[in-house]
Amino acid sequence: MPINLPVIQPGTQARKGPFARRPEDAAESLRERTLELAERGEWIVQRVPEPHLEVPTRSSGVKRVPLGHTWHHKSCGQCGHIPGYSTAIFWLHRKLGLEYEDPRDQTSCTAWNYYASATANQAAQAAVALRNFAAAHQSGYYPLIHCATSYGHYKEVRAEMVHHKALRDQVREILKKMGKPLVMPEEIVHYSEWIYAVRHEIAKRKVVDLSGITATVHPACHYYKLVQEDAIYDPDVYGGHRTAIVTGVAQALGVTVGDYSTWFDCCGFGFRHILVQRDFSRSFAVQQKIEAMRDEVNPDVTLTHDTGCVTTLDKSQFAAQAHTGVKAAIPVLSEAQFCALAMGAHPYRVCQLHWHAADYRPLLEKMGIDWRERWREFEDDVARLKANPGTYLTWDDAG
Amino acid sequence: MPLAESLAREAPGPGGKPAEVPYAEKERLFAAVKADLRFEDYLYGCYECGICVAVCPSARFYDFSPRRIAQAVAREDVELVWEQMNGEIWECSQCFSCLRCPRKNNPGGIVTIMREVAVRNGLHSAQQALEGYSRIIYKIMSTGTQVSPDMIRPEAFPDWGPTARETAENLEVWRRAMPPETMHTTSTSWEVDDKTLTELYLIWHLTGVLDMIRTLDESLHMILVDVMEEKLEEAGYPLS
Repeated sequence: MPINLPVIQPGTQARKGPFARRPEDAAESLRERTLELAERGEWIVQRVPEPHLEVPTRSSGVKRVPLGHTWHHKSCGQCGHIPGYSTAIFWLHRKLGLEYEDPRDQTSCTAWNYYASATANQAAQAAVALRNFAAAHQSGYYPLIHCATSYGHYKEVRAEMVHHKALRDQVREILKKMGKPLVMPEEIVHYSEWIYAVRHEIAKRKVVDLSGITATVHPACHYYKLVQEDAIYDPDVYGGHRTAIVTGVAQALGVTVGDYSTWFDCCGFGFRHILVQRDFSRSFAVQQKIEAMRDEVNPDVTLTHDTGCVTTLDKSQFAAQAHTGVKAAIPVLSEAQFCALAMGAHPYRVCQLHWHAADYRPLLEKMGIDWRERWREFEDDVARLKANPGTYLTWDDAG
Repeated sequence: MPLAESLAREAPGPGGKPAEVPYAEKERLFAAVKADLRFEDYLYGCYECGICVAVCPSARFYDFSPRRIAQAVAREDVELVWEQMNGEIWECSQCFSCLRCPRKNNPGGIVTIMREVAVRNGLHSAQQALEGYSRIIYKIMSTGTQVSPDMIRPEAFPDWGPTARETAENLEVWRRAMPPETMHTTSTSWEVDDKTLTELYLIWHLTGVLDMIRTLDESLHMILVDVMEEKLEEAGYPLS
């Protein structure tokens, strides 16, 4: 006979109502500390320009996200291996009529190398970050960070610069030698926070029916685990228990988001591992993430918002076919690419999907996008470029 | 030359075992870890609750434990820290899932510091871990971007499927088939202007990063110094 044990005793039901964090658990406000240091003349603070939107954060605060006039701190991984990622971000700005700057005076944040090899140090990393911030400030545009690792690492740098005067003094001296001021942005903003902020504008411009699409979301570790207080958390998304980035965008577009048990897990990128110990990255990505998504949700696509995650989850699936005997093909896109496709962007001229390894074509078919015709158009572009050395595809060509 | 560096360059002792390192030298290295500005922000004490291990990707695939890292440094276990600096720290994925720690420890951050100390002191473990990585270090330090399109070669990434081959075959024209003007490059992720690159070299030069490279790979150090010194001199930056 089954034993009937009550799980909840009368009078001890869980408290109902919206989730709210305890004020005493709020993390230190690095934004406030940044502004205080500006008042003391330690550095210049670059203020978020108007117009901006305020979005909710983990610490029950708000974050100011600039809409336009943004300086695009590009990502070495995105621009190198998944170029449709950055191209889609730029295309979205253009379609929303928002001005941006695509600079040549920006270096990599160098954090990939730093985490992978430890052949840099705190002062070098901070000086690279602050040199890039100074370049943005000198241009008059506000930095929007494409890569989640750059974003997370820059927030580490901000915390270190706020806490350690010796480091501030050292970096100020280095920048002085190159004629640059010490500038800290008021907010450090990731591109996915910008997409989250403008998600309803994107949804208004949607030209594709996405009601039949199911997605899983992989949030990037360095977005919400590193210096986490100002990552975006929305009470309407998972009750505020998980970051709302990407999920909130997919929901705004009318996509069904499927939950799965390894949501919190890293993709397995590992920095050094993805290049010189790929067995680890490949095994982790497939066994912990892709197979869990497939078995528990069977999504049409998995969406993420970082270079390393797209690379690891996308490229690792080819070898898994030999391992399992089953084609574990879940297309992997950034939400920027997905939003662009939803707004009618060309899958090759804009979203550059031919650089991806996992088969994305069934997803396009389900979205009603004629990938054969689009590929034929792209092949015509390529033939034209081949016949005319020194020519390039332009934004006018991309539509 | 620090003792650990000179030992790292010695041949292994009898039976192929590494030469014995005096306790005082291990203490010196641990003191260097503790002296890092960030150390006090990264370690507060450990409940041994194991949350960090439960969420750690490397703990599932390697003999690696963020809890053991936090415990070793909290207990000031010089021998165990030395052992970790010679092995398991290189398995950390640097994902920082371990920041879920209820005591607000940062085991991934402690690993970062331990790795830096291992590199600065030329430990053999650092040289071994980074043996296949020097090509990447050269790329980032000499170009200002790190993951270039021309790194995608089928022989380098056979497990990435046919895309690696197609990308390599069409690299130049596919890069031209992108609307952003900064992304028509193949040897860098985007176009970085010369002045910016020189400023990056100045940062490496002034912060001692080149000295760190020398402890790992003298040939790579010489190549980088040649490239950078010329650029810095041309730009009028004093090298002394």
